[in-house]
Amino acid sequence: MIPASFDYVRPTTVDEAVQALVDGGEDAKIMAGGQSFIPVLRLRMGDPSLVIDLGGIPELRGVREDGDQIVVGAMTTHHEVTRDDLLARHVALIAEATKTVADFQVRHRGTLGGALAHADPAGDLAAPTLALDAELVIVGQNGERRVPAADFFEDYFTTAIGPGEILTAIRFPKYTGWGARYEKFNRVAQAWSIVAVAATVKVDSGTITDARIGLTNMAGTPVRARAVESALVGQSMSEETVRAAAQAAAEGTSPTSDADAGSDYREHLARVLTGRAVLAAAG
Amino acid sequence: MARIRTTVDGLVYEDDVEPRMLLVQYLRERLGKTGTVIGCDTSNCGACTVHLDGLSVKSCSVLAVQANGSEVLTVEGLERDGQLHPVQQAFHDNHALQCGYCTPGMIMQSIDLLGDNPDPSEQEVREGIEGNLCRCTGYQNIVRAVQDAAQKMKPGAHASTSSSAAAPVAGGGA
Ligand SMILES: Cc1cc2nc3c(=O)[nH]c(=O)nc-3n(C[C@H](O)[C@H](O)[C@H](O)COP(=O)(O)OP(=O)(O)OC[C@H]3O[C@@H](n4cnc5c(N)ncnc54)[C@H](O)[C@@H]3O)c2cc1C
Ligand code: FES
Ligand code: FES
Repeated sequence: MIPASFDYVRPTTVDEAVQALVDGGEDAKIMAGGQSFIPVLRLRMGDPSLVIDLGGIPELRGVREDGDQIVVGAMTTHHEVTRDDLLARHVALIAEATKTVADFQVRHRGTLGGALAHADPAGDLAAPTLALDAELVIVGQNGERRVPAADFFEDYFTTAIGPGEILTAIRFPKYTGWGARYEKFNRVAQAWSIVAVAATVKVDSGTITDARIGLTNMAGTPVRARAVESALVGQSMSEETVRAAAQAAAEGTSPTSDADAGSDYREHLARVLTGRAVLAAAG
Repeated sequence: MARIRTTVDGLVYEDDVEPRMLLVQYLRERLGKTGTVIGCDTSNCGACTVHLDGLSVKSCSVLAVQANGSEVLTVEGLERDGQLHPVQQAFHDNHALQCGYCTPGMIMQSIDLLGDNPDPSEQEVREGIEGNLCRCTGYQNIVRAVQDAAQKMKPGAHASTSSSAAAPVAGGGA
């Protein structure tokens, strides 16, 4: 129940945090909202010598507009994401997915940056981030780089964030006027996704003019359902077209089999949930 | 050791804590506020729920050092002048507990919910307390209690965490 001892610092700027991370070496770890990190420490599955708390860095928090992008600070909480007007207007899919994460208490503390850096394949925010073609802003001693979401998620719990680097922001293109839906299939309240589908679509006088679809927990990383996207674009909107296009949802995925579901059942879920998500997003 | 200063249930405390100390341990073991309980090892049960700067959190999933400079409200800080908080009273009136272990967390989360949504539907109450597990009641009476409290708290008034009165500094060391 009680974590092992560690030293603790709470820097007030990103530069200080990067310096602490570099000085601390391999056993220094970043803490964001702590909602995955503290449980890991309590179970003694992690044993850092130094914990660097990003909670005191104002520049990492908040949502702002920057030209044709919406920029979300890595330390913006799930709670804040679900209530933000800019996101509701321009990037509804991330807000919709965030509403399904955990419960109120966890959403009050957990952060978008923390969830993406954690990269749990069952986590709900990676698939929408991928589907939305977001860019992840990573800062290290050599300055800032921007990584497209397609290159950010590398494997189970593994991202492009290197040693001595911190994720500082997520930059989303604007999807103003697009419909969005996150369809999550799980066993009980506050549980992780067995499979989930993130869909955002643009419908113009009854025709689907654009579509982005991301799948949660259908591989070690989130997967883009590109075959469904291309089957949808240019079609006139009807339940039949959508259900037919959704049949391609499991193409290119490699879902695991575990106590919750076998891989064939996960493929079935991906098809059904894709149909539901696209219909709801278009409706 | 790290020096922290927090306001807990309206009183200011200053203490040296190890960075690894969980907020729930600090409340129980240093301040003697055993009204907040620990029900699990996985951050799932919500029995440890308190308010941190006005938002509900699982105090087993927050370090005491993270509460430095913040205001904490526990179930022990709800009563006013010998009167139970309306949500506490509603839990009593509606028989919303059996063993009572989940109750401190249920009450704190319900107050958070009502602060946000003063007139929740049954479904909204169920979603609002999804981070709190009860092994006894089957939730029926808990949901009833929260909706009953909502009616009695109209219009508007819900527990505030503000400590406008000058709060004396008290050492928390047991
Ligand atoms: C009961 C419970 C239920 C949950 N259910 C869900 C769910 O249904 N869906 C879901 O998606 N999630 C769920 N979560 C996880 C939740 O979303 C967490 O908020 C999230 O996984 C981690 O975010 P955090 O800010 O708390 O990060 P932390 O726990 O602080 O950090 C997580 C990891 O990321 C690293 N890290 C964090 N921020 C950065 C950064 N800026 N730069 C570099 N590295 C960083 C840390 O070193 C750590 O390894 C649940 C958690 C709990 C406790
Ligand atoms: S003790 Fe169970 S969630 Fe905190
Ligand atoms: S009354 Fe026993 S756990 Fe809820």
